[in-house]
Amino acid sequence: MPVYLPIAEISVNLFLILGMGGAVGLLSGMFGVGGGFLMTPLLIFIGIPPAVAVATGANQLIAASVSGVLAHWRRGNVDFKMGTVLLVGGVVGSALGTWIFALLKSAGQVDLLISLSYVLFLGVIGGLMMVESVGALLRSRKGTVKRKKLHQHYWIHGLPFKMRFRKSKLYISALLPLVLGFFVGILSAIMGVGGGFVMVPAMIYLMGMPTSIVIGTSLFQIIFVTANVTFLHSVTTQTVDVLLALLLMSSAVIGAQIGTRIGTKMKGEQLRSLLGLMVLLVCAKLAFDLVLTPDDLFSFTFVEGTH
Amino acid sequence: MTGTVRSLLLLLAALTCFVRILPASADNTLVTDISSHLISVTSDFTGTDLLLFGTVTSAEGAAPADHGDIIVVVRGPQKEVTVRKKERVAGIWVNTRSIEISKVPGFYAIASNRPVDEIAPPGTLERLRIGPNRLNFSSKSEPKDLQDFKQAIVRKQTNVELYTSNQTAVYFLGASLFRTSIHFPANVPVGNYVAEVYLLQDGELISAQTSPLFIKKFGIGRQIFEFAQSYPILHGIAAILLALIAGWIASAIFRKD
Repeated sequence: MPVYLPIAEISVNLFLILGMGGAVGLLSGMFGVGGGFLMTPLLIFIGIPPAVAVATGANQLIAASVSGVLAHWRRGNVDFKMGTVLLVGGVVGSALGTWIFALLKSAGQVDLLISLSYVLFLGVIGGLMMVESVGALLRSRKGTVKRKKLHQHYWIHGLPFKMRFRKSKLYISALLPLVLGFFVGILSAIMGVGGGFVMVPAMIYLMGMPTSIVIGTSLFQIIFVTANVTFLHSVTTQTVDVLLALLLMSSAVIGAQIGTRIGTKMKGEQLRSLLGLMVLLVCAKLAFDLVLTPDDLFSFTFVEGTH
Repeated sequence: MTGTVRSLLLLLAALTCFVRILPASADNTLVTDISSHLISVTSDFTGTDLLLFGTVTSAEGAAPADHGDIIVVVRGPQKEVTVRKKERVAGIWVNTRSIEISKVPGFYAIASNRPVDEIAPPGTLERLRIGPNRLNFSSKSEPKDLQDFKQAIVRKQTNVELYTSNQTAVYFLGASLFRTSIHFPANVPVGNYVAEVYLLQDGELISAQTSPLFIKKFGIGRQIFEFAQSYPILHGIAAILLALIAGWIASAIFRKD
């Protein structure tokens, strides 16, 4: 059944969109990630203009993050103070990201920017995840467990503007979450992702936050950053397709519920290695498309205003 | 469907009678119309076909001995486009050059009773801009390979069925009545269209008729589009609120306790 998307200005199959939303929701529920890094490339693969895919992906992520954060909030797993500092950086970063996006869109380089960002980040994150989870799987087979130090001290702990985050049991420089939030905010605007896949490892390994509150806090700040991205893309490029977002949201939440149930039955290392593999596959497909000689070297876009 | 065709034929018969009482002129003349002058693009739009029909009558108002040739051209709204060319830079394909080209119709279709090359000499076809490769695209810059950029537009538009040459034939039903159908795919751009019908005899243009045609977005889709364009700030806020509510509802439905 075809549905005409008013902003993307193309007809798509309703069940294809619902199926995609459901599948990405399922995976995001299983792995506890937002799924933006899968949703945006998939939308591009089926022919949604990249700019619309990024902006609509961000809109869809608001809903996913809200339903996720409410569940974590009930269990008391959100550090609102940390989240607020992160989102201040995130809002500024996403504003800069949207500006870069609009600039490159008019120069005809935005598709390249999106693809390159994906290849770079998915490649690095997916590779690290594979190495870490395969290592953990091998260790668990050998039966030896390395003990980590309770607290490690890096140069990071010498930074000024120290702030106390009670929930996270941390006393660290506010600059750290601000810069992290800012950096992830840029990615969010350019890639149409929540940035959980960068934020979560950085919060655990870089800042030393307790794992239990990392996901809830990350989701909390993602709501605000993706809302800001949605708003700015809506104002600067008018590329948010509400109808597409609503279709994706409705199927993604159902998929996520099923995914969460499957996820609890699987081992952490298995999940992480599977997720790592999937991230690498998406990365490989995008990298391949960049290197492969295109069928047609030419492309054209309608100039704004004459459309 | 057959019912519609039958009623159209009745209408045509009435039209033919009407034409007969027109004052006589020297050559064959043309009367044409389209089954609809307005195409509504709603959220379930999957493309549509329009029936274009007409009659050729001789100077005396009777059916002509030789009806001549009919070429139908439907042109969509003209726009300006940016055509970009990719080149390999450090192993990856990057848009390196771009040219602005204007007067690019968003839709272009022709139909004729026999191949246009047999109907008229190249000069006439060139003058009437008949055929996608004879469109008068214009650009400010004139690089050597400008033709490649122009051909790219035609190729791309042809791939998505927005440009077609002889997608359907014009059929003559008897000596004076003709009909053809023009297909508009799902991705047809909205705007003001024009349907041109040319009557040619031995390669000479004898008569021409143009009729307007409008393709508009209707329903919720159009309202969303116009709202997004006219009130981007409100649209952005609405999109956020909608997502917040959707997320909250989802959480409420699936709450375990």
